Amino acid sequence: MLNNKVAVFRREHFNAAHRLNNPDWTVEENKRVFGLCNNDNYHGHNYDLEVKVVGVPNPSTGYVLDMKWLSELIKVEILNKFDHKNLNLDTVEFATVNPSAENIAIVIYGLLRAKLDTSLDLKIRLYETERNFVEYPA
Amino acid sequence: MVYLTRLEHFNAAHKLFNPDWSKEQNEEVFGVCANENWHGHNFDLYVTVKGIPDLGTGFVYDVKKLSTLVKLHVIDKLDHKNLNLDVDFMQNKMCSTENLAIAIWEQIVPHLPENVTLHCIKLCETARIYVEYYG
Repeated sequence: MLNNKVAVFRREHFNAAHRLNNPDWTVEENKRVFGLCNNDNYHGHNYDLEVKVVGVPNPSTGYVLDMKWLSELIKVEILNKFDHKNLNLDTVEFATVNPSAENIAIVIYGLLRAKLDTSLDLKIRLYETERNFVEYPA
Repeated sequence: MVYLTRLEHFNAAHKLFNPDWSKEQNEEVFGVCANENWHGHNFDLYVTVKGIPDLGTGFVYDVKKLSTLVKLHVIDKLDHKNLNLDVDFMQNKMCSTENLAIAIWEQIVPHLPENVTLHCIKLCETARIYVEYYG
């Protein structure tokens, strides 16, 4: 029997500066592990975000959820906090968390999960570059 | 005439901020791009040279040599850097994509052989925003 769940996707993007650094390590160890990503003066990326929501289409609307509402949610919860920001310096979420793509995806998941109906499944895919991207939950 | 293009990438932080203006004026003109703690981009750089293909090789220019030249004189200086703070050829310049394209042109031109002409630097700041500089 066919599962009548449908996945809907929304793509957004944000441009941000960051650096990878563990404050508990020495300068040498940070450089050894993180390489160029440890630059003291930060570097940056155009992050591409794919938000996947899975659910059963509502019989009245035909929607899993209103994509305009999802777009606005992403804007308020994610883009307004991260776009054109320095993730290490300008965000509470990464004040003590290393802003690797993995951790950014986990944070984004948490921020959106809190606002979505529990009947919906959520997955985040985050592209740090065209070649490097992460998915959470795995 | 044949045009040969090599695509390279670099990931960098920058901000648009005129030190002669107040913070308010910078924010009014540059908006979010004036964030004092910088933001960042994955830049795509298209370097186009032009010439007549060599009879012996069929090349306008050996694209491996072009890639090495661009990496040495441009990418290594920009990738994973802060364009406002870390780049010697961007000091005392506004760090716009326009100015960066001009500066990249100036970094490359002196190192090309005589029979190869730099035609265009195309610099993509995002998928929607890019500049072209023809010298």
